[in-house]
Amino acid sequence: MPRLTPSSSRYTLGSLVLIAGVIGGVATAFAYTAGWLSPDRLTPGKMLEALAPPGGPALGHRRNHAKGICFTGVFEANGNGAALSSAYVFTKGQYPALGRFNLGTPNPDAADATVRVRGMGLRIATPDGQEWRTAMIDPPFFPVSTPQAFHALLLASASKDPNAMKAFTAVNPEFANFTAWADSAPWTASFAEDRYNSLDSFIFTDDFGIKRAARWSLLPAAQSVAITQADLAKRGPDFLEREIVERVRGGPQRWTLTVTIANPGDPTSDPSKAWPEDRRTVEVGTLVVGQIEAERDGPCRDVNFDPTVLPSGIATSDDPFPAARSSAYRVSYDLRTAEAKDYPRTVARTVAGAKP
Amino acid sequence: MNPPHPRFSPLQRLLHWLMAICVIAMLFIGVGMVSTLMPKYLPLITIHKTLGIAILILALLRLALRLRVGAPSLPADLPAPMKLAAHLSHYALYGLMIAMPLLGWAMLSAAEYPVVLYGRKFLPAILPQSDSVHTLLWNAHYYLAFAFFALVLLHVAAALFHALVRRDGVFETIAPLPLRDQAAPADV
Repeated sequence: MPRLTPSSSRYTLGSLVLIAGVIGGVATAFAYTAGWLSPDRLTPGKMLEALAPPGGPALGHRRNHAKGICFTGVFEANGNGAALSSAYVFTKGQYPALGRFNLGTPNPDAADATVRVRGMGLRIATPDGQEWRTAMIDPPFFPVSTPQAFHALLLASASKDPNAMKAFTAVNPEFANFTAWADSAPWTASFAEDRYNSLDSFIFTDDFGIKRAARWSLLPAAQSVAITQADLAKRGPDFLEREIVERVRGGPQRWTLTVTIANPGDPTSDPSKAWPEDRRTVEVGTLVVGQIEAERDGPCRDVNFDPTVLPSGIATSDDPFPAARSSAYRVSYDLRTAEAKDYPRTVARTVAGAKP
Repeated sequence: MNPPHPRFSPLQRLLHWLMAICVIAMLFIGVGMVSTLMPKYLPLITIHKTLGIAILILALLRLALRLRVGAPSLPADLPAPMKLAAHLSHYALYGLMIAMPLLGWAMLSAAEYPVVLYGRKFLPAILPQSDSVHTLLWNAHYYLAFAFFALVLLHVAAALFHALVRRDGVFETIAPLPLRDQAAPADV
């Protein structure tokens, strides 16, 4: 057998093949990690694609909950939450709040009465430089158990196949609860009369390091007045915005923030499963909405209400949704900031003498 | 009889291999985390930010060492285009090791995200919110990451080429331990 010496051309060839193999192997591993070899991987981009209406997304807008109206106010902590979490936000005091009433639709021009789910994005800032961002909705539980099921729901509801929804519900029976809620829960004619729920579970850690799984809700101080969907439709496509502007002009609107603690064994990883009513619930403060702000060019526009932006003392749990939402919201933010020219901040003023 | 090639200082070699692991891990984590919405997304992004700041600090330290201690010269018989490529790629690698963490940090700042590292360490914002600046930084961070990865592959290929094909002592200048060839200088 001829010896391979550094000077032999077979040795050189072998070395070059080895180098190509190493580089090719690392590049392939990189491509795999990036998902380029896994067409079935559920990426945030695919989630946003599935959210987009048939005509494509509304450029420059949030990819979901695209219709909304911004507000500012304060969160008045009563101090009771300090027993549950070491977060500064539960220390008795007043902290600036910024938020956005919204409708669960990718269409910023959707008529109010066509959207079943309403929401509130909220950011509370504390003097320690930390923030609590949350995005809540008004159903008492989430429609599905997992982000994968949510993606499948979007595909099924957009599908032309008449059996798509039936097939989806067969695989995701929890969705029937949501349908029942959507069909029976009363509508209201005001964002101020709605209750907003975190639905997702988070881990609260107190000063002693004790951890508790928790969900939170904002309970409206305003009396809820039921209205039929048809009557809401008659009030006009943008009634909710006009109504909240007038209502807040007449006086600040309040919600009580309650934190509900799970009992051992309660489902924390599945927001489609509500916890029993008797769970320990602590009123931790009041959200006071003092002023409605401009939506297009107001202070909410720059904010991604990413539910994983949490103060020390609150953390994510085994609920898979906050991570999925963070990932998808980030891409939505990246896209809409890149498309800012399609949704100009202020409606362009007509320059004197210029023809449009 | 060639004199033994001078090597990088032990601290430079240590930093090189430590950072090699960090940078390659960083590129894989970056491209992986943006492709998923599974729960691992959150720890990955925390590691990405923390490792990024670690790389920034190490790269600045390494740059200072490089300026102070210098580097072994390349073999005299190395063809000029390869010498040029070696020099340019090193400038680019240093530039990217320093620029990428800063771009990422600035990008998060321009999006008004709190910059939270592992252990809930907060970094201050280094830019105010801006749609256009965010988009510019996002594009730079994204596309330069692929350029960085390509450059790392090129660097690895060149290192192996020096070590296996040219056997010119260049790899030995940065090798973590003295290699056989250097311990028993060649029979050339």
